[in-house]
Amino acid sequence: MNNRLRFIQGNEVCVEAALYAGVEFFAGYPITPSSEILEHMALKLPRIGGRFVQMEDEIASMCAIIGASLTGRKSMTATSGPGFSLMQEALGFAVMSEIPCVVADVQRFGPSTGLPTQGSQQDVYQARWGRHGDHAIIVLTASNHQDIFNITVEAFNLSETYRTPVILLLDEGVAHLREKVIIPEEGELPVIERLRTSVPEGVDYHPYLPREDGRLPMSDFGGKHRYNVTGLFHDMWGFPSTDPKIVHGLLHHLVDKIEGNVHEIARYKEYYLDDADIIIISYGSSARTGLHVVRGMRRRGEKWGMLELQTLWPFPSHIVRERCEEADFIFVIEINMGQVVNEVKKCVDYPERVYLVNRVDGEFITPTDVRNITRVIQGRGV
Amino acid sequence: MTKRISIKDYIRKRFFPHIWCPGCGHGIVLNNMLRAIAELGIPKNEIVMVSGIGCSSRIAGYVDFHSLHTLHGRALAFATGVKMSQPHLHVIVPMGDGDALAIGGNHFIHACRRNINLTAIVMNNRIYGMTGGQFSPLSGRGIRATTAPYSNLDPNFDTVKLALAAGATFVARTTTYHFREIKEYIKKAIVHEGFSMVEILSQCPTYFGRKNKMGGAVEMLKFFKENTALVGSEKLAKEPQLIPRGIFVEREAPEYTKEYERLIKKVRGAYNK
Repeated sequence: MNNRLRFIQGNEVCVEAALYAGVEFFAGYPITPSSEILEHMALKLPRIGGRFVQMEDEIASMCAIIGASLTGRKSMTATSGPGFSLMQEALGFAVMSEIPCVVADVQRFGPSTGLPTQGSQQDVYQARWGRHGDHAIIVLTASNHQDIFNITVEAFNLSETYRTPVILLLDEGVAHLREKVIIPEEGELPVIERLRTSVPEGVDYHPYLPREDGRLPMSDFGGKHRYNVTGLFHDMWGFPSTDPKIVHGLLHHLVDKIEGNVHEIARYKEYYLDDADIIIISYGSSARTGLHVVRGMRRRGEKWGMLELQTLWPFPSHIVRERCEEADFIFVIEINMGQVVNEVKKCVDYPERVYLVNRVDGEFITPTDVRNITRVIQGRGV
Repeated sequence: MTKRISIKDYIRKRFFPHIWCPGCGHGIVLNNMLRAIAELGIPKNEIVMVSGIGCSSRIAGYVDFHSLHTLHGRALAFATGVKMSQPHLHVIVPMGDGDALAIGGNHFIHACRRNINLTAIVMNNRIYGMTGGQFSPLSGRGIRATTAPYSNLDPNFDTVKLALAAGATFVARTTTYHFREIKEYIKKAIVHEGFSMVEILSQCPTYFGRKNKMGGAVEMLKFFKENTALVGSEKLAKEPQLIPRGIFVEREAPEYTKEYERLIKKVRGAYNK
């Protein structure tokens, strides 16, 4: 047990978890506050026979992991806000051509160069809508090191299950924090392997023909089946098509395979929700603040509870609506000017009960901040 | 006697006719590239074509190899991922001039620098054809294009000099008129262990030719014939203003994927005792 105990940075946990999940290829470019992921990958990947490339920019990094994943290796890159912006076009390509991969965006304070060394949660919408065009995407996050481990493995699993890029939306707060983590034993967490086609060589293989269960078996590119991969709308062989039926079908497939499985993709944690009349909704590092406040309130006998979201997209509206039904106040804590709060307002029965509790000066939101802001909102004075 | 080769064995017939305009030079490149591959006898399953966006990029879809049609300018970055992951594959990257050297310029120089074993083919028609005839970084000063209606002010890159300076270990240039050289150079480029770049001057009669009053495809091919000369030839010595063709460098240097394999061996030896 003891040799599985670590006291490390969140970024390093992410690397350990990716290796646990079977990552074999990493391409990246240095950027604060995600560089430790790049550095630890450079250190660890050759030891397991994996491959690491430091590319010329984030655009190239994203492209390289798509190429590598297509040939059969679980692939990943990591970046932060500005670099994440550069990756968006290629991320859209991965969405369109349905190539599994994981992109960690360790959020820093923006816009632009912003505050490179200080954290934020400002990329929730960039993660959702950074690409042009309609599509769906899976975005996961976590607030402590054990959860970063689990959710990173989940990111790889979901990307393989749905043949889609998955975004791991960490933030500087947890990524640079050092705390305890226990590396799970092999087999303790499920690891989903690439679903490969059983179509033999020489038989027509359709890279974009879903099975009955909706999954699309892959054939390692460069292997026994020759097929075409493109960012253009394409048919089941991967060849470009402008046929309205094919275009309509593919666009719906790309959206439905994710939005239609929101129940399976939703990951969240609940704290004292059963009888709560004041609910905090938070995610990432600010959920640590939220939990601290909730526990303090409970000690005083006040019925506070917290819903911590780990899946941000597809937004788990059904969970949020149901858990918030009886609440008098719903406080959404996030380190931005209001992103998840909008989604919460959209899905609850009484949006007027939903309030943003935030801090946007580059500093971390503290329990005192939350207590002060929520007291004012409740009309209890400063 | 050379082996007879049926091009039909290497193309995806259902995607023909191709989208290229009548007189376009890209078909000559496609034909001779396939002949090069056929003569080398490389199995189709070992060839990956990675292309970007533009007229030239459509080549990838027409050939019966593994084909990855990516983003404008990013073909070499995708190809780097493919090659690093599966170094046994022959990765060929056909690109246009704007694709390779404007939007993809950064990837181009860094792929040269890494000396990763990719075969880059720059089909240089000095214009953005697919978007309707805008000037490219290879058009050069004095050229007319839809975005240079009064004559272009932008000087051009010399692709060969750029590749050489950036560290490519095989660099060649020819034209669609000199089709035998296309085949010969592409063969050498594929076999070469390291980053290889073959620039092929190709004609775009639809935009470049028309805008610059160069006539049709035949006249443009004639231009290539008359305005180029082989490196080391007497003709080039006498007329140094001509565009040099030929192989400019062919040298050995540590190849990136091979070096990485060596690194893995070394690291695993040290850590997995």
